[in-house]
Formats: sequence, C-alpha cells, structure tokens
Amino acid sequence: MSSALAISHGSSRRYRGWVLPISAVALWWLASHMGWSQSGLLVSPEKVAATAWDQIASGKFWRAISASLARNLSGFFIGTTLGLVLGCLLGLSHYFERLVGPSFNTFKQISLFAWIPLISVWFGLGDVAKVVFLSLAALVPVVVNTCDGLRNVPPNLLEVARVYRFSRWQTIVGVMLPAALPSIFTGLYLALVYSWLATIGAEYLLVSGEGIGNTLIDGSEHFMMDLVLFGMVVIGLVGWSLNALARIFERRMQRLYGIDPR
Amino acid sequence: MLNNSLTLENISKRFASRPGSTTQLQVLDNIQLDIAPGEFISIVGASGCGKSTLLRLILGLDEEYDGRILLNGKPIDGTGLERGIVFQDHRLFPWLNVEQNVAVALKNSPLSAKEKRDTVREHIELVGLQDFIDAYPHQISGGMAQRVAIARGLVNRPSVLLLDEPLGALDALTRARLQGELQNIWAKEKITMILVTHDVDEAVFLGDRVVVMQPNPGRIRRILDIDLPRPRNRSDSRFIALRDDVLSDFAELH
Ligand SMILES: Nc1ncnc2c1ncn2[C@@H]1O[C@H](COP(=O)(O)OP(=O)(O)OP(=O)(O)O)[C@@H](O)[C@H]1O
Ligand SMILES: [Mg+2]
Repeated sequence: MSSALAISHGSSRRYRGWVLPISAVALWWLASHMGWSQSGLLVSPEKVAATAWDQIASGKFWRAISASLARNLSGFFIGTTLGLVLGCLLGLSHYFERLVGPSFNTFKQISLFAWIPLISVWFGLGDVAKVVFLSLAALVPVVVNTCDGLRNVPPNLLEVARVYRFSRWQTIVGVMLPAALPSIFTGLYLALVYSWLATIGAEYLLVSGEGIGNTLIDGSEHFMMDLVLFGMVVIGLVGWSLNALARIFERRMQRLYGIDPR
Repeated sequence: MLNNSLTLENISKRFASRPGSTTQLQVLDNIQLDIAPGEFISIVGASGCGKSTLLRLILGLDEEYDGRILLNGKPIDGTGLERGIVFQDHRLFPWLNVEQNVAVALKNSPLSAKEKRDTVREHIELVGLQDFIDAYPHQISGGMAQRVAIARGLVNRPSVLLLDEPLGALDALTRARLQGELQNIWAKEKITMILVTHDVDEAVFLGDRVVVMQPNPGRIRRILDIDLPRPRNRSDSRFIALRDDVLSDFAELH
C-alpha cells in the first residue's frame, strides 16, 4: 500500500514539471483564438508550428542550428582546454599564482559582454570573433573551478602521499587531480552552459552569418513573431539538452566519488 | 635482524592555540622513550593528551618540535618508507577501490608488478575483505574501511609501524581476530610496533610495555612492563592484575 502510494507520488512528481508549460500553451491558444488581442504581435500556436515545419523542411533550420552548434563546440573546446591549462598552472604553482593570479582575478571581474567592442575591433564580426567570445565565456569557470579544486585537496590525503613518498608528479597525478576532479567537472559543466548562452549573445551582438541567433534577429526585424518564438523554443531545447548531457556525466562522476547525487 | 631501534629524546611540541595567535598550547612535554628493535609498545591515555601528535612527529609529517627522534641512532628526516602508519581516520582515497587503495603503499616499492598484486591480495584476505576487493570506500562500512587501512599499513612491511586506534571501529570478534593477526605479523617479521588504543585490555594483551600518558600537557605518567608469555590469556590472574593496574591510573586521572 505504502509502496504503491510512493510510486504514484513519484510519477506525479515526474509529470508535475509539465503542468506549467502545457497550461501556458493552452492559455496562449485560447488567447489567440478568442480574439482577445487583435494585434499581429500575438500569433497562434498553429502559426508557430507551421513556421517551424517550414524552417525544418526548407533546410534553413538545419543550416542555422549546425552553424550555432559548431561555433558553440569550437568555443567550448578552445576555452576549456586553455582553461584547464591555466587552472592547473594557477592551482599547482605558487610562483605562477603570484605572477598571474591577481591579473586573472581582475580579468574575470570584467563582464563578458564588455569584451564585445574590443573583440569586434580586433576580430571583426565573423566566426573568429564569435569563437573568441565563446572561448572567453567557457574559459573563466573552468579556470576558477580547476584552481579551486586543486587548492582544496584534503590535507589528510596529501599526508598519505607523503607517508608513501610520492614524488611531486605522483602526488599531482595520483592525488591532487583525482581529488579535484569533481570541482573540475563543475567548471566544465558551467562552461557548457555559459558557452551556449554566449553563442546566442555573440550571434545577436556580432551580427553576420548564420545561426539560430540570426533567426531570432530576422524574426524580430520583420515582425515575424512566429519565427521569433520558434527560435526561442529551439534555443531553450538545445540548452536543456546540453544541461541534461552534462548532468548525466556529473551523476556518474559523483557516484564514483560516493557523493550523493541530488 | 632489522635494526630498527627508535629513541625519543626530550620531545616537546607546542601549537599556536589559534591560527596566527602568539599564545601557545603545550601538547607534548618532554617525552622520553627508548624503544628496542622489534618491541611492541602500547600507548594509552585520555583523549587529547597528544598521542596522535606524537605519532605524527615520529612519522616525520610535522618537523616543528623540540628534542630529537632517532631511528637506528640517526635523526629522522621527513617521512620514510621504513616508517608506516594506520591513521586514526582511515584516509582511503575515495576514487580508488579497495585493491588500489592497498596498492598505494607499494607505489614506490621495488617489487615487481606481479609481486605487488599478490601481496596486496594476501593482505586483503588477511583483513577478511576478499569479497570487497573491487568496492569503493563509500560502499563499505567504517570498520571495513579501517581494515583496508590496516592492510595498506602492513603491505609494504615497514620496520616501524605506528597504529593509531586501528581497531576502534570494529566488532568484538573481528577485533580479537585482527589483534591475533597483528601479533603474528609482529612476531614473524620483527616489526617495531607502536599502538595507540583506548582499550586497556588490548594494550596489555599486545604490548611488551604499556605507556600511560596524561594530558595538559601531554606527558608520560608511567610505563608498565608486561612480562607475560605470549600468546596471552585474558583470564590469567596476572593479566587481570596488570590490566586493573593500568585502569586504576585512569581512575585517578578522572
Ligand atoms: N594542528 C593542530 N593545531 C592546533 N592544535 C592541535 C593540532 N593538532 C592537535 N592539536 C591539539 O593537540 C592536542 C592533542 O591532540 P591529539 O590529536 O594528539 O590527541 P590524541 O591523544 O590523539 O586524542 P584522541 O585520543 O582523541 O585521538 C589537542 O588538544 C588538540 O587540540
Ligand atoms: Mg588521536
């Protein structure tokens, strides 16, 4: 009895997340069909669905999404690679920390979007500029979390390494990096989330070429609210998928480390 | 025979009572102890009287103290593979399984890969965890983790082994069995062992000598010779007399 209750409770919880979006769509549908708003700025759900179908069938959608994802991934990889290197150097070398730490701490205070003017002057408005911007977005959380993870290795475990006479290298590879891994992973996770947000930002602010952000711009410039809404849904879904993907890896990592996955 | 005599000469240790503060807390006061090669020393004493601190000094993890620690007549210099420890907290690496955790002790040992694997397995069997060889620390109980730590402490056969309440978290049966195993290994390998324990019975059962410490500041109150043949019999009247003798020291302290 109690277990049956628990199961129904669990499944109702699973579906609870759908209540809000479905009611919103229903309300939207009602609003557009009851003629509550005569303005052309409120389009019906069917119109959006038709536009979505048109975008997908004509291939425009695929060109836009693949351009955006390619940018997103290149920026993510460049940013995280540099971020890991910089984070390790900062976390492992006191000399490097004294040399670079203060500058980096100032650097990370600069809002990401404040870089746009500089980047557009140096790199133009094309793909290079966008990837540079994305790399910056991914770099900062990776550096911060990698460095934190390496600094906060439990001293008890470092003592074990001393007792068994680990060399510096053995200590780094065998103790510090594994102990820092959950924190490093949090950095990668944030980098994935930020870099997708930054992809849309970059497409919006460095206007040129193709991408899902440009679909949004097209829509708003031509007052095609159906196109704008379609773009927003796609951006949301991609963001959600990246997030889910990262969560799966994170869970696996936490299980390995015996951290209770929340 | 291993030449592993250990001499503690006038060991005193102070900690800053708070980080950065200048007032100091005297934790160890003039500890003097000569430990013969292959001797089994039990240390008992109230919580906070500096037992773990003393072991850390002998291990070479903390080099800020007054006095001298001599191993075979030479002052120790940092940590060394000839000195091993089973920490009070098990200190296993959470990302390694039981087998890999025990193997940590052999990372810098001259054994071949096969010899390492075999001796790691033997020691896991010794502590009775052969069925958990692939388990991770969070998948086993506290007592099992402590046994893994014992296996890790023994596996590289240090000539001086420090044991900081290694059997504290175990049930009575496992505890008695591992006391026997410790004694066997000690007798066979002539390892010098220093065991910190809160269990007076255990201290008398295993020790050649029992060192009773008292707190504030931590110092040696008394050293008892346990002149009983091994293996010892806990219901022997002389055993009981010695145990009660140590216990009466505690009663006075409290
Ligand atoms: N790193 C440190 N900094 C400051 N004080 C310390 C430090 N380590 C230990 N102490 C102090 O030294 C005293 C002795 O600690 P220690 O851990 O050696 O006690 P113990 O005899 O092992 O106790 P227990 O039986 O509870 O394990 C305690 O008062 C403790 O607060
Ligand atoms: Mg202690």
